Amino acid sequence: MVLARLCVECASRVVFLVDRDGQTIAFHGDIGDMDTMSFSSLAAGNVAATSSMAKLIGEDVFPAVVHEGERESIFISVIGRSLLVVVFDERSTLGLVKLRTKKASFEVASILDEAVRDSTTFSMNNSSVFAEITDEDIDSLFG
Amino acid sequence: MTFINYASREINCKIVYYGPGLCGKTTNLQYIYDSTAPQAKGKLISLATETDRTLFFDFMPLELGTVRGFKTRFHLYTVPGQVYYDASRKLILKGVDGVVFVADSQDERMDANIESLYNLEENLQTQGYDLKQLPYVLQLNKRDLPNVTPIEELTGELTRKGEPVFEAVATDGTGVFDTLKAVAKQVLTELRKS
Repeated sequence: MVLARLCVECASRVVFLVDRDGQTIAFHGDIGDMDTMSFSSLAAGNVAATSSMAKLIGEDVFPAVVHEGERESIFISVIGRSLLVVVFDERSTLGLVKLRTKKASFEVASILDEAVRDSTTFSMNNSSVFAEITDEDIDSLFG
Repeated sequence: MTFINYASREINCKIVYYGPGLCGKTTNLQYIYDSTAPQAKGKLISLATETDRTLFFDFMPLELGTVRGFKTRFHLYTVPGQVYYDASRKLILKGVDGVVFVADSQDERMDANIESLYNLEENLQTQGYDLKQLPYVLQLNKRDLPNVTPIEELTGELTRKGEPVFEAVATDGTGVFDTLKAVAKQVLTELRKS
């Protein structure tokens, strides 16, 4: 919901929420034939590299990373363990994207906090799903 | 850390291929990529130098099927092997679920193997992992070359905890899928325990 609104408000092509380890959590917008898994992995690698560069020059973290292209651009906002990634073109501007993303990032942070609390309870109740995995289940994956 | 999406019923695991420069980590991934059906894999992304040496990482997602109704996907990464890319190696180990150490069996690469394995242990520690607790497989690659160190000597120097060991020739695929299967099994077994 927040991603959908942000996508409209920024006039962006697509908005991703990505885990800092490179897993796609959610996205909204036009992905066309984009390889979303590779995109998320590279976004996470990108932020990991720039965060390390930040530390080398005495900064704790770069809270945002921007890549401006001729037509398409990318804005990445770091929200704790997650990244909010906005892909936009000439129909939008970096200033607008920054402004809207900043507002949305507070909402995303609060939703993520809630999700972490919920997932602890949820995984406690659902752990049996994985406890029931048998050796045969695992072997069957490899044919 | 295994990423489980209950809404889309997906399990995503991260496996990292580690080892000294030119040991065959990218070749392992390339062989897996070339031998897998298109619907089971994503793109193979290689962040490499102009001379095709891995600069940051290689990445490919591989879908193996479903377990208990959960789609199981492995994200395979390699690290750059050269000593001076250590900062990149540390980053790639973040969130790892299983490690494959690819050793170069050639006599003259023994020291490089040992150094790289120590580096793996160190870098895992800085990320809060212990190699002894992590799903882990040792692959002895390049067994087709004439100047290889005997298996006993390699395992004597490089095994850490009675991990599965596979002889391999990654260029022709020998041992590549056995290695992947062994580490993937350990990762899923860990998931069952947790």
